[in-house]
Amino acid sequence: MSKDSGARRGDSGTVSPGKQRWVEETLQPALRKAAERPGPFTTVSDFPVERLVTAEDIERIDPDGDIGLPGEFPYTRGVHPTMYRGKLWTMRQFSGFGTAAHTNQRYRYLLSQGQTGLSVAFDLPTLMGRDSDDPMALGEVGREGVAIDSLADMEALFEGIPLDRISTSMTINSPAAVLFAMYLAVAEKQGVALETLEGTIQNDILKEYIAQKEWIYPPRPSLRIITDIMAFCAERVPRWNTISISGYHIREAGSTAVQELAFTLADGIGYVQAGIEAGLDVDTFAPRLSFFFNAHNDFFEEIAKLRAARRIWARVMKERFGARDPRSWKLRTHVQTAGCSLTAQQPYNNIVRVTVQALAAVLGGTQSLHTNSMDETLALPSEMAVTIALRTQQILAEESGVASTVDPLGGSYFVEDLTSRMEAAALDYIRRIDGMGGIVSAIEAGFPQREIAEASYHYQLQVDRGEKTIVGVNKHTGAGTGGEQEIPILKIDLAVERDQLDRLDRLRKERDNRAVERSLAALQADAEARSNLMPRILECVKAYATVGEICAAMKRVFGEYREQPVL
Amino acid sequence: MTGETTQRRTRLLVGKVGLDGHDRGAKIVARALRDAGFEVIYTGLHQTPEMVVNTAIQEDVDAVSLSILSGAHMTLLPRVMELLREKGASDIRLIAGGIIPDEDIAELKRMGVLEVFTPGASTKDIVSFVRSAVQPRRG
Repeated sequence: MSKDSGARRGDSGTVSPGKQRWVEETLQPALRKAAERPGPFTTVSDFPVERLVTAEDIERIDPDGDIGLPGEFPYTRGVHPTMYRGKLWTMRQFSGFGTAAHTNQRYRYLLSQGQTGLSVAFDLPTLMGRDSDDPMALGEVGREGVAIDSLADMEALFEGIPLDRISTSMTINSPAAVLFAMYLAVAEKQGVALETLEGTIQNDILKEYIAQKEWIYPPRPSLRIITDIMAFCAERVPRWNTISISGYHIREAGSTAVQELAFTLADGIGYVQAGIEAGLDVDTFAPRLSFFFNAHNDFFEEIAKLRAARRIWARVMKERFGARDPRSWKLRTHVQTAGCSLTAQQPYNNIVRVTVQALAAVLGGTQSLHTNSMDETLALPSEMAVTIALRTQQILAEESGVASTVDPLGGSYFVEDLTSRMEAAALDYIRRIDGMGGIVSAIEAGFPQREIAEASYHYQLQVDRGEKTIVGVNKHTGAGTGGEQEIPILKIDLAVERDQLDRLDRLRKERDNRAVERSLAALQADAEARSNLMPRILECVKAYATVGEICAAMKRVFGEYREQPVL
Repeated sequence: MTGETTQRRTRLLVGKVGLDGHDRGAKIVARALRDAGFEVIYTGLHQTPEMVVNTAIQEDVDAVSLSILSGAHMTLLPRVMELLREKGASDIRLIAGGIIPDEDIAELKRMGVLEVFTPGASTKDIVSFVRSAVQPRRG
């Protein structure tokens, strides 16, 4: 495609007649008088952007089969018929720091401010399945999230919060089964029936190997734990979302929007395949799979990405996996604005970035949303910053009017065309991954990791050369003009680590250690056998075995993952 | 290549300490330094301060640059400095990068950390800093 021809070539390689006339009579004379900005005109992901898309350019897109209507296959226009006229998206701010008691206070604050769901951020030792007194945990306890070592901490985390009246999302992956079991145990103690519990565990191990890097076991035993959770929930906790298949971290690691779309859906295909291979009927677990995407700066690219994701998933589930239940076809998703797009320079500008990104998520049809706080490149969010982030969502929902109609961008020539082009590019990646034997083999070969590393280095060089603009960083830096912006920073007291270690020490002394040993031995035996691990993990948790102890018992059977770093 | 000197090329260890899995920045920096002509060894993830210091000594590097985005920098970086001193390798310089607040930067520099790069630093700035501030320790 030549930029100077001024025309877009469709699938046939020809320019539509109507546009050809416009190019000759209107565009070319205008370009002769005043050239366009230098360009190239591409998205933040370097995806080409057309000057003008017309009705003729989208004739290849079937208005019924490809776009359709909201609440109907293939769900391009949204998974619900009324979208936000029925129910606004869930405003769910990811939060956690310090000890369980600190985070419990923040949760009560957020709920009192109108937040409608909780989202638990765990600290790194917990995310890695290690206790606070593990040597590797040094300096990390309670720092990036809340420290949870045992059921006692989980009880403190949800103290006074009725689990039958909120839904909770937990960002936890390799030790997900353990933390989920703790949540179930708290619910039982509150007298809440497990059948009524609502929430999500992220439980997406594949993206850990690809991007987020918080793993314990190698991929194949990890997938077995996941299919155990799917089977357990189908029977006992039917309203729980068992995996939140996440593109967010893939994007944060530096992927393009198309790579985020493709690798996330390829991960989803991997989980469905694993479930079927474990002997589960696809319609028993697929309705409980949910997704989690990033909303980056490039407004239309993000909207098109979400629309394309729904269309691809619906077709994959119906046509490739033969799902018959429409709930299995629907891609329901959470979105978080892009942490990696925020700048430490002129941090108040981040409020504006988050607003644009959040609007893209809403126009893209998300089911729930986390808006980042302006200070997240500097530290964990302060209460002021997190409140502004929540208010941003409330303004979009209740003032802007965008929630009053369903998929207002549906039918836009540009958005429909971009949706289809991103879909095609993602399907191309998915075919390549299928050709490698599926996503697990592709990960073992380092394929997605290499593609992302390339994209991230390429983008950084573009930023360094000024080809991609970051306001306040490589342009409009306001150097020497008093443009410095100071904001308050939340500091985590180093005493948190000491307090948590004392708590853990007391627990190990006061619990029935023989019961702990027995439950851990039984779990290890079940890990060696092929029985579902969830009931055993629940027993361990109720005996107050720690996250580290339970994961270590399984590690003895499953081994540990080691990465070959890809530069 | 200006990374080269008459004696030998400057050798750098780029690493990730602690449980923090955010390796986007470390990998970009490692690649940019390598493309600029330095010899770069990348440790991969989940290193302890002991592992980093041992590798630095075995590989005979001139500087170690560590990336931390988890908030554990005030625990892990002083520990690396201490181990370098204990092992008689305090001529290996330490550079840090990541999410590190200004007041911590001041304190880290007082402890002897050569420089701290925060989000938004360009690879050009990092490369030119390393060129001017890190020299091969001996011939």
